[in-house]
Amino acid sequence: MAVTQLVGSKIHRREDPRLITGHGHYIDDFARQGTAYAAFVRSPHAHARVKRIDVTDASKSAGVTAVYTARDFKGQLAGTHPAAPAFVAEKKYVPERFPIAEKEVTYQGEIVAAVLAETKAQATDAANLIQVEYEELPAVMDLEKALDPKSPKAHEGAADNVCWDLTYTGPEVSDAAFKEAEVVVKERILQNRLMPVPMEPRGVMAEYESFDKKLTITMSSQNPHFIRLFVSGAMGLKESQVRVVSPDVGGGFGSKISPYPEDYLVPAMARMAERPVKWIETRTESLQNATHGRGQFYDVEVAAKKDGTLLGMRMTQYLDVGAYCGTFGAFQACACLMAGGAYKWKGISARTVGILTNRVPTDPYRGAGRPEATHLVERMVDLVAAELKMDPVEVRRKNFIGKDEFPYTQNFGLVVDSGDYEKSLDLALKIAGYDELRKKQADMRKQGKYMGIGLSTWIELCGFGPSAATAPATGGIALVESAQVRVTPTGSVIVYTGTHAHGQGHETTFSQIVADELGVPIESVDLRHGDTAEGTSFGYGTYGSRSLAVGGVAVSKAVGKVVEKGRKLAAHMLEAADEDVVFEHGSYHVKGSPDKTKAFGEVAFASYGMGLPEGMEQGLEAVAYFDPPNLVWPFGAHIAVVEVDAETGNVQLTKYVAVDDCGNIINPMIVDGQVHGGVAQAIAQALYEEVVYDEESGQLKTGTLLDYNIPGIGEIPSMDLDHTITPSPTNDLGVKGIGEAGTIAASAAVINAVVDALSPLGITHVDMPASPDRIWKMMKEAGK
Amino acid sequence: MKLKVATTVNGRKHEHEVEPRLLLVHHLRDNLGLTGTHVGCDTSQCGACTILVDGQAVKSCTMFAVQAEGRNLTTIEGMAKDGELHPIQQAFWDEHGLQCGYCTPGFIMAAAYLLSTNPNPTDDEIRKGLEGNLCRCTGYVNIVKAVKSAAQTMSSAPAKKTTVTAAGGN
Repeated sequence: MAVTQLVGSKIHRREDPRLITGHGHYIDDFARQGTAYAAFVRSPHAHARVKRIDVTDASKSAGVTAVYTARDFKGQLAGTHPAAPAFVAEKKYVPERFPIAEKEVTYQGEIVAAVLAETKAQATDAANLIQVEYEELPAVMDLEKALDPKSPKAHEGAADNVCWDLTYTGPEVSDAAFKEAEVVVKERILQNRLMPVPMEPRGVMAEYESFDKKLTITMSSQNPHFIRLFVSGAMGLKESQVRVVSPDVGGGFGSKISPYPEDYLVPAMARMAERPVKWIETRTESLQNATHGRGQFYDVEVAAKKDGTLLGMRMTQYLDVGAYCGTFGAFQACACLMAGGAYKWKGISARTVGILTNRVPTDPYRGAGRPEATHLVERMVDLVAAELKMDPVEVRRKNFIGKDEFPYTQNFGLVVDSGDYEKSLDLALKIAGYDELRKKQADMRKQGKYMGIGLSTWIELCGFGPSAATAPATGGIALVESAQVRVTPTGSVIVYTGTHAHGQGHETTFSQIVADELGVPIESVDLRHGDTAEGTSFGYGTYGSRSLAVGGVAVSKAVGKVVEKGRKLAAHMLEAADEDVVFEHGSYHVKGSPDKTKAFGEVAFASYGMGLPEGMEQGLEAVAYFDPPNLVWPFGAHIAVVEVDAETGNVQLTKYVAVDDCGNIINPMIVDGQVHGGVAQAIAQALYEEVVYDEESGQLKTGTLLDYNIPGIGEIPSMDLDHTITPSPTNDLGVKGIGEAGTIAASAAVINAVVDALSPLGITHVDMPASPDRIWKMMKEAGK
Repeated sequence: MKLKVATTVNGRKHEHEVEPRLLLVHHLRDNLGLTGTHVGCDTSQCGACTILVDGQAVKSCTMFAVQAEGRNLTTIEGMAKDGELHPIQQAFWDEHGLQCGYCTPGFIMAAAYLLSTNPNPTDDEIRKGLEGNLCRCTGYVNIVKAVKSAAQTMSSAPAKKTTVTAAGGN
């Protein structure tokens, strides 16, 4: 990389001035003349036959321009909801999914009718007048019962409820390890179902030009190019006829990756009604309709030696797919491939079972599979430590992949690019004052107080990704990334990328990279993303902590091409040989003659003029694709300290230390912000949040933010953060990812701390969320 | 049936005829075009729609527009004056107190009320004062820092002059 001025510095975010003054542009801030507003009628039942829909009253309601049911969309939309192979290439049963139900509804919230009216209020009023007659069917809710051949089926007429059942590695792979075992620990570990809850719900506005046959969709999406691909296909349009614009996005956390029924229905209504149609999700609609995450349980056993050496693992993931297979739902099975964590194992046997139920589909939620893997392995390591009465720190140290062993091929053949796990652990222990904490814990125990210290020495894989891995996983499209860098005649630089941001600050960090590499002020650089009509022909969106490690590197490569073209032109202008011209600090000069120089801006201007070298085309711009040779592997060590109130069962987090290693850092302020937010979401899983459905009826009980407990400012503690830096050898920037790290790391640290606090009571495992009622009951039970 | 509602918003007088059931937040967004005030829930939990009504923080989804008759309202758009950020806005920028930005206007308005009643709050008082607002991105850590820093700036008069520009210094 060029001489660094901006990269690595705390640069104020360029997106903030508009956002802190109320001038951001989120989907609900857009209006078009002549817009009709949509409202949807959704099933109140988890599972039912739709017998009859009476739209008479709704059609006559004030301001209503149209009422639609499934039949109306049949001629408009074709195909079924895409379900990517992800980590389960062959699925047993993927139910057909049309965006609006006709004869059968399979989760509470599934759409059965739609209304268009002149105002949002009129549309909502009319939707309430639609009478739907249902015949209720048994709801499939329990994962284990759902696997019983005699169980009712989530979809009528289906053979069973098994979406997939894949054994990655059979029992024989870990047999030898278990034969050597001196100790075996077993546990069933629950992963509570979670709602991503971005503060901005979803929304879609569609405009269809009847004569030009052009469709513009403005929507809140992490992934506009994929939406264009899916929606154009379903509507019988060419990709070139569809433009998807995703403006400022008020958070996503995975829930704005996959296409949703409304993403198809709203454009189809715009085409039928021949006017712009807008729909903004209510929070209640969002909670019962936006994809959920986690919703799994694991049966795990681990074999170890008496000295703490880990030998083998056997694990099965039981995953609640929901009523339909989410587009990237099978991505969550990567928990199996990551189950070994930061440690060396002789053998791991892993199986994943995806089970259809009558709940909303699950799909990636921040971390997706990797938080589950960390939680599982970090819990099991603590169980081994407890069984052997060893310090959990020692068991970890004993089994770490050593810093000299990278690149390290782990049990499933994935190659961990770089790491130094002891270093981050040592730093975390030092910051936390681990030895003093243990002394304090001993003192507090003497006073009958429950204090616990929990560790999570987490690793993850991210930066999706290499074409060889990702093209098969999506059904053919490699999740590489592209970038276009365009220099105008007056030297301003427009950068287009196919990633998108929903809080990550790409307008700042990507511009830091470009400004440094071109040696121009950051003010000259303008990042454009989120509009399929601009820039790169395809983009792959933002998720899986991929934006910098894939998209940022693509940007850097495109800049490199621009610099190279500029060098040829500068050499021509300086009457020197190409190879004698160097580019430094924003200007070209002849080697050994620093006075023979052309500033980048001069070269840019000249590139649009006359007298270019023979064969050179005008202009100064380049497109680059980056196909990473490997995924990237961030890691770190988190330490949580808790006190548990014996009277109430309330868990108080008294200290949180996070040492993370995401390779080279572009903007430390943004990195810390990502860690804060990620940790908060994992604390939320560990202590507060859980989607609750009635286990009989399938009614969602946590359907408002009054009932679903996302933590407030009083629940999340301040945090002590630090970093180690182990550059990734996978890309030229040496960067990894940080967007999901906190979420991947923290639930295990918190729960390990809670278990540690309660260990004097003989408690060895606590499921999430470790809410006061759960802990209070466990403490009472243990005290008997 | 429509009713007349006259309000002063960010120093400007407005008069509209509205449906009695219209919520104040929708009035601000749809009739006045002040889209900086956001809607994040249906149940008054999230605080994204917080504004000042006669100087007091109010979730504007908990009031009907007609209840604002004769009241003096301040929204996020009224905080920066003549191209100069309000110290709370500046502090949110300096301390990275926002990521996606959706909850931010509500937090800034709630913080403005908090600091008007308690100019030098402790961390705990900040956390108590802002408990009606939800953020899903920041883990609140930098929001607490931002409000604390704003309090310091505001109490050390005269306020430092700052200008709205993209990509400020370090």
